Amino acid sequence: MRTENIHIRNGRLIDPGNGIDRQTDIFVAQGKVCALGQAPAGFAAARVIDATDRVVCPGLVDLSARLPSFESELVAAVAGGITALACPPDTQPPLDEPDLVESLVKHSESIGLARVFPIGALTQGLAGEKLAEMAGLSRAGCIAFSQATRPIFDTQVLLRAMHYAASFGYAVRLQPQDHYLAKDGVAHDGEVASRLGLPGIPVCAETVAISTALHLAAETGARLHLSRLSSAAGVALVREARRGGMQVSCDVPVHHLHLSESDIGYFDSQARFDPPLRAASDRAALRAAVAEGLAMVCSDHTPVGEDGKQLPFGEALPGAVGLELLLPLIVQWAREDDVPLPVALARVSRDPAAALGIDAGSLEVGRRADICVFDPEESWCVRAETLRSRGKNTPFLGRDVTGRVCATLVGGRVVFEA
Amino acid sequence: MLNPQLNANGKLNHLLSTESLPREVMTHILDTASSFLEVSDRDVKKVPLLRGKSVFNLFFENSTRTRTTFEIAAKRLSADVINLDVGRSSTAKGETLLDTIDNLVAMHADMFVVRHASSGAPHLIAEHLRRIGREDVHVVNAGDGRHAHPTQGLLDMYTIRHFKRDFSGLKVAIVGDILHSRVARSDIFALATLETGEVRAVGPQTLLPSAIGRMGVRVFNDLREGIRDCDVVIMLRLQNERMNGALLPSAGEYFNCYGLTPEILALARPDAIVMHPGPMNRGVEIDSLVADGRQAVILSQVTFGIAVRMAVMSILAGN
Amino acid sequence: MPPPLTLPDAEAQCAALAGLIRPKLPSNAALVGIHSGGVWIAQRLKTLLGLQEEIGLIDVSFYRDDFGEKGLHPQVKRTSVPFEVEGRPLILVDDVLYTGRTTRAAINELFDYGRPAGIRLAVLADRGGRELPIYAEFCAWQVELADSQELVLEPDAAGRLQWRCIDHA
Repeated sequence: MRTENIHIRNGRLIDPGNGIDRQTDIFVAQGKVCALGQAPAGFAAARVIDATDRVVCPGLVDLSARLPSFESELVAAVAGGITALACPPDTQPPLDEPDLVESLVKHSESIGLARVFPIGALTQGLAGEKLAEMAGLSRAGCIAFSQATRPIFDTQVLLRAMHYAASFGYAVRLQPQDHYLAKDGVAHDGEVASRLGLPGIPVCAETVAISTALHLAAETGARLHLSRLSSAAGVALVREARRGGMQVSCDVPVHHLHLSESDIGYFDSQARFDPPLRAASDRAALRAAVAEGLAMVCSDHTPVGEDGKQLPFGEALPGAVGLELLLPLIVQWAREDDVPLPVALARVSRDPAAALGIDAGSLEVGRRADICVFDPEESWCVRAETLRSRGKNTPFLGRDVTGRVCATLVGGRVVFEA
Repeated sequence: MLNPQLNANGKLNHLLSTESLPREVMTHILDTASSFLEVSDRDVKKVPLLRGKSVFNLFFENSTRTRTTFEIAAKRLSADVINLDVGRSSTAKGETLLDTIDNLVAMHADMFVVRHASSGAPHLIAEHLRRIGREDVHVVNAGDGRHAHPTQGLLDMYTIRHFKRDFSGLKVAIVGDILHSRVARSDIFALATLETGEVRAVGPQTLLPSAIGRMGVRVFNDLREGIRDCDVVIMLRLQNERMNGALLPSAGEYFNCYGLTPEILALARPDAIVMHPGPMNRGVEIDSLVADGRQAVILSQVTFGIAVRMAVMSILAGN
Repeated sequence: MPPPLTLPDAEAQCAALAGLIRPKLPSNAALVGIHSGGVWIAQRLKTLLGLQEEIGLIDVSFYRDDFGEKGLHPQVKRTSVPFEVEGRPLILVDDVLYTGRTTRAAINELFDYGRPAGIRLAVLADRGGRELPIYAEFCAWQVELADSQELVLEPDAAGRLQWRCIDHA
């Protein structure tokens, strides 16, 4: 596809990977960053984007987004400043065959918006019994292997899956939740669930699974990434493991940085999540973990139709859309907790790019020009009719958020402009 | 947050839970129930208050007993009562809960009495009625999942008030499977609103909600300690499916540890009353000698239950 | 503003009302008072007429025809009819007769207890303004009032009944 020379002028350039935070210009040619500050000799801009009072940063990298339709969801992604995203394997059918993965990658490339990095199934059909063809899936484009939210009942199978992945150096991503301890649960086993009579999911469902995963990773040497942590005790276990020298990374869903069990209110099914929203003290611990760099942040984008949410709380499907809210919710968190913007942006660009092992999350000269330009001050109201995602399910409907994407570049092309 | 039970004027529009039910509303219901009690004593047990109104009993979960009490209450108010066995009809054909509601609203329903296995289902219906601008249709929660059974909670309050007058000096023990009990939750919140002296939750840890300590109750795992000096003992029904398994080893062991026998009851105050929401499992949670004894007020609860439901329906229909 | 009203002595009116009833009192008549004013008057009539039997008390809240507009009265009193209504001549007692709707509700309620031989109405005040074909056979005071005025009967600190006129204009 044709690219043009683009000059983004006078913005606050934040490149967390290279320690840059200053007002400067950036120049893009042939799909790559070709200069910062001064235009290279002979550079003629076909297009100039004025970024005065705006932030120019690497395109966001989302560790987990479910994409029921590429057409609508990739538009939503770039509208949210996301230029690369990983999709979990719990598609229909699951991503356990190389052909499926290849066609998925081709389809996403043909759309030419945000890049899609599939995560392959760890076991066939995600059934947790037989190993998936990881090498073939890797060749087809999978960048890691996971069970999404499906359990592996037999711990020996998990051990073997991690051993096998470690043989090839593949990353294993696990959402730590003990199936039995979480069985029938629909909300955090705490004050709100006790009061509303909702079957609870105890924190130990997460910590038991984290401990298991950490021990198996130590045993097998597999590269482990723990997805979607929800509890203070959970991040504390990861912190401890890292202090002990383990190479383990983790992320938390952006919703869990802002919401807690009390947002369930009177059975609001928009506040049903997997893992569940936990106590306010857990939320504080997740925020601290992200601030210190222990955890990165994903959108956990999960579109659910109205039919899936207009149900009694426990019967409603969990999840919320997040592609268009990731950036404003990160900006808002940074502001509320006095976290420097470069640090906050690192958690959704540099860090996840490193965890996924992909070329993204940097504005260094010569790197892909995946760029997000946003206004950090502009507030906007989240409305169903203005969300581009097919899913309109979010607890933030009707709420004001701050931080709005003005332009998004993928591979040096402007794919979104407000 | 808006209280979904009250309308814009602060009047009761739906009865969904005893939690966040203002004390004056609760007292109004109990006072009105006292007047309705007399109606049930007449030869013509009927007043024309709800004449021409259609009350739909929507029981998504089967309960002939509760449905009947609501049916009697509605009929004594001269309402037309339509019983829908929704558990078997519409939902089986793929119709959603809210589709069913839309259909019945189109049939000019005035009130829904809802029993559902999922906590919060009546809230969902009330919220839906608000969204479609039909707040003139009222919802009465007749039991949702583990969440609430507010008319049972209110009839329990009526019973306690009838026998004990004042709540402030009372010690009330709620014994048994509190984790799964909507009755227990409704009682706990109502007792708190009425500023009861002390509320105790008694049971093994497997049958207590994890955050029970933050619901304003004292927790006891030992029945003898929990019942000592109590004025009111509320025994909960133990569901059959919970008797043998990972929650409890057996019905027999449960009875030995948590069954209310005359010897245990003797630890309570001599004038203590014993309540049970019914139906009782004799020999599981309660000894027949207690169930049929002079301190049991279980049949009074049933009588008061009709009057309380009449009061709730007539107050809702009038607001 | 309507002219101020000279309010008569309500206790004296009760005696006058008893005087009106006495000559026409059937031998086995029973008194039924409508909450709250009618009950106070019926209690006095029972003494004045020398009746032995307990009076009946009724609250018409559950029978009102304005329930749809006004809802349920917050202080519903207990209805109690401690005698057999079937075949009895009843004297229904109220404080003020106005539209007649309360009387209509009370008659309906009494019929749910049985079929009385007859019902006659005794009131302390008839203020006109009838909306139903209802007539008080015994009435101590005929008075014309503006629509905005309301006549209220209440006991004073010593328990003596007295009138108060409230203007809602």
